[in-house]
Amino acid sequence: MMSAPPAIFLDHVSKMYSRGYAAVSDLSLAIEPGEVLVLVGTSGSGKTTTMKMINRLVEPTSGTIRIGGRDIREIDPIQLRRSIGYVIQEIGLFPHMTVAKNIALVPSLKGWPKARQAERVAELLELVGLPSGEYADKHPHQLSGGQKQRVGVARALAGDPDILLMDEPFGSLDPITRGQLHDEFLKLQGRLRKTVVFVTHDMLEAIRLADRMAVIDAGHLLQVGTPREILAHPAALKVADLVGADVTFKLLAVCSVEQALEPLRDEPLEPKIPPIRSGDTLKDALLAMVAFGQPTLPVVNGGGILRGQITLHGLQQVVANQAQSHPVEESKPSTASKA
Amino acid sequence: MSYPLANALLIWRLTLEHLQISAVSCLLAILTACPLGVLVGRVRWLAPPVLAAAGIFYTIPSVALFAILIPVLGLGVKPTVLALVLYSQLALIRNTAVGINEVDAALLQAAQGMGMTNTQRFWRVEVPLAIPVIFAGVRTATVMAIGLASIAAYIGAGGLGVLIFQGISTGNTDQILTGAVAVSILALLADAILSSIQHVLRWAMGVRA
Repeated sequence: MMSAPPAIFLDHVSKMYSRGYAAVSDLSLAIEPGEVLVLVGTSGSGKTTTMKMINRLVEPTSGTIRIGGRDIREIDPIQLRRSIGYVIQEIGLFPHMTVAKNIALVPSLKGWPKARQAERVAELLELVGLPSGEYADKHPHQLSGGQKQRVGVARALAGDPDILLMDEPFGSLDPITRGQLHDEFLKLQGRLRKTVVFVTHDMLEAIRLADRMAVIDAGHLLQVGTPREILAHPAALKVADLVGADVTFKLLAVCSVEQALEPLRDEPLEPKIPPIRSGDTLKDALLAMVAFGQPTLPVVNGGGILRGQITLHGLQQVVANQAQSHPVEESKPSTASKA
Repeated sequence: MSYPLANALLIWRLTLEHLQISAVSCLLAILTACPLGVLVGRVRWLAPPVLAAAGIFYTIPSVALFAILIPVLGLGVKPTVLALVLYSQLALIRNTAVGINEVDAALLQAAQGMGMTNTQRFWRVEVPLAIPVIFAGVRTATVMAIGLASIAAYIGAGGLGVLIFQGISTGNTDQILTGAVAVSILALLADAILSSIQHVLRWAMGVRA
């Protein structure tokens, strides 16, 4: 496993535009097979350009990009793109094609027989939770924003690619739908284990979805690491700035109740408080504490069996541990992980 | 009302002639203008000169245009068709160019990003999405061609204009009215048929009407 090449490897990649403006400068990044890597930064930071270089929608000015060890300049761009799933904002569905036609696009470009295409469409619609009988023949304008996005994901998966590129796919949705789609995406990814490059400017979305985040600003890669590493130990002032002031809240959102679990104390708990599940986040726990005015909550496991309790003090401890001031130079330069 | 009833067969023959001239003109106009429109849509700097040229043709009075065409093509159907083709260019080129240009850039990028070749992208994405707008141009051009084809009779190409010109020279008001009303009905019918096709197209291309 360790010796396998990264799924995607960007090696000192730059993209210069005229007048010496660098959209991306000297960016190196190794993306491991099966991980969700979120490129996060403000608009104009170069994150989308970075992503588009992976399927050759943008050609780098210098540097090399390898997929599975192979220089992508050696691969015909049309074939390369058909082998990579691509999701953009909802607008990317073709309005003149039915849901089925949209999903079957890459298979049809690849020349699959019709029967196999239809089979794949049904399978994928099931996978994203849209019953095929009901949705296959609809047109995109008949779908809600969330449904469109599910179809977009199904379409990207149609050719069974190893790599998915997702460019702010949930950007135009309302927060509730977005949250639902995040959950579904994570569940799906748990099963499929694709290598996902996900672009967003939304720090919370990045924290929720990322196995690792790559923070980009003005074309420079500032830091790569797990959401927790980046929240707890921002490598630069700029990273801390991008992460935002409500770090504590965001940290709680990426830690599970499990991490602050304490044994039950002797005094009985207020019986009317609904228990929190051990798989929930500490953010959920904090919200429940505020909502019920209780600094202590009972914790149950998935089966509803009492596991222990969680306290406000415990939450503070977890945050303090996460956010302990480590010297900046200790954060690994995970960019140059491979020479 | 006696004139149309007494001359039903003649009117029917002239109507068919009229339709033939209009249809051939429209077909030729579409075949020339649509590729030009696509080109103009693609190569931005071509748009002003091409549209200006088409606009000039559009504004030349038909009688003057015939005066230019007859010495070259003689009398009859040929100069008529050419004139109608020239008149239709503006509406068709402009609508084709607009239709192609208005296809959402994000969709084009999605098409490219999914691995369509330029040819596939053109036929599978750009053309279907531009069709409703292009078809609106076809509708305008057709209605105009049916109206203008009346003038064909003036240079011996036949059609319903024959009734109008004959009526004028013999002072037969019934005949003039019959010709004029027949042309109007034809134009309105064509417009209604094309309009319903347009609605179907818009629906099929996923545009909410």
